[in-house]
Amino acid sequence: MQFFGGSEISPSPPAPTALGNNAHMMYVFNRSGVCLLYREWNRPLHTLNAQQDHKLMFGLLFSLKSLTAKMDPTSAEKGNLGVPQLPGQGCSFHSFRTNTYKLSFMESPSGIKIILVTHPRTGDLRDSLNHIYNLYVEYVVRNPLYSAGTPIRCELFNTTLDQYVRSIA
Amino acid sequence: MAAIYSLYIINKSGGLIFYKDYGSSGRMDTNDSLRVASLWHSMHAISQQLSPVAGCLGIELLEADTFDLHCFQSLTGTKFFVVSEPGTPHMDGLLKVIYELYTDYVLKNPFYEMEMPIRCELFDINLTQAIQKDRVALLGR
Repeated sequence: MQFFGGSEISPSPPAPTALGNNAHMMYVFNRSGVCLLYREWNRPLHTLNAQQDHKLMFGLLFSLKSLTAKMDPTSAEKGNLGVPQLPGQGCSFHSFRTNTYKLSFMESPSGIKIILVTHPRTGDLRDSLNHIYNLYVEYVVRNPLYSAGTPIRCELFNTTLDQYVRSIA
Repeated sequence: MAAIYSLYIINKSGGLIFYKDYGSSGRMDTNDSLRVASLWHSMHAISQQLSPVAGCLGIELLEADTFDLHCFQSLTGTKFFVVSEPGTPHMDGLLKVIYELYTDYVLKNPFYEMEMPIRCELFDINLTQAIQKDRVALLGR
């Protein structure tokens, strides 16, 4: 796993992979599963209430991670299915695609999970998620009024994020 | 180097009815393959609930760090999925071929009981051939 330690935001964000506004929503979770941020741009279908939806999403990612860690065909010693793993440990995944959406996933070494749901034909968003993580570090972690583990309420972060997501997806 | 690491077939209730390994390191034992299969069944179902748009049919492709998982669900709910090297092309086509073999040699076998583990010699033979052909095609390019 790569560490994204640069102290400043990379001057040129990764080139856009597609044009138009086809990002659906975004989630940020911390390592204990608290939903720090939920942004919604285009979501016609709601099947559950917000809290249930966040829980289900975290559960899906958690289980998919234990599935990929167990399935990893390149390592011989994988441990048992469902054993809790530290961020960066074991084989993880970076995206999955269904016929209606694509979910891109990134986990930082501190266990911050960033999830971006976009149109199914969006390209690889790994660099974009790293950039969003850098935005998070810049506008949220460095905000003196923000205490770790609480929902993110930073106007500046939200506007920068909206702008950036509009430019990539 | 294998392009395809393993193949799973699960019935509509998530039970593993067929599992074949084509050379992944650290082979999974029977219990683990059963668990992984039913875990995939539920993840597939949850992904449909989380869709932002109506009409979601579940995960088609999962891209992990060291492998790709391609999944095909038939109209009756039987799921076929292959674990392959990252970026292996034509896996959707291969899954369709495997589905065809399944209908021909498993469903049309009078001794096969629906939703039960697959033990059909002809299916095994033809499957091996299909996978071999796919590998040769990959090597040829």
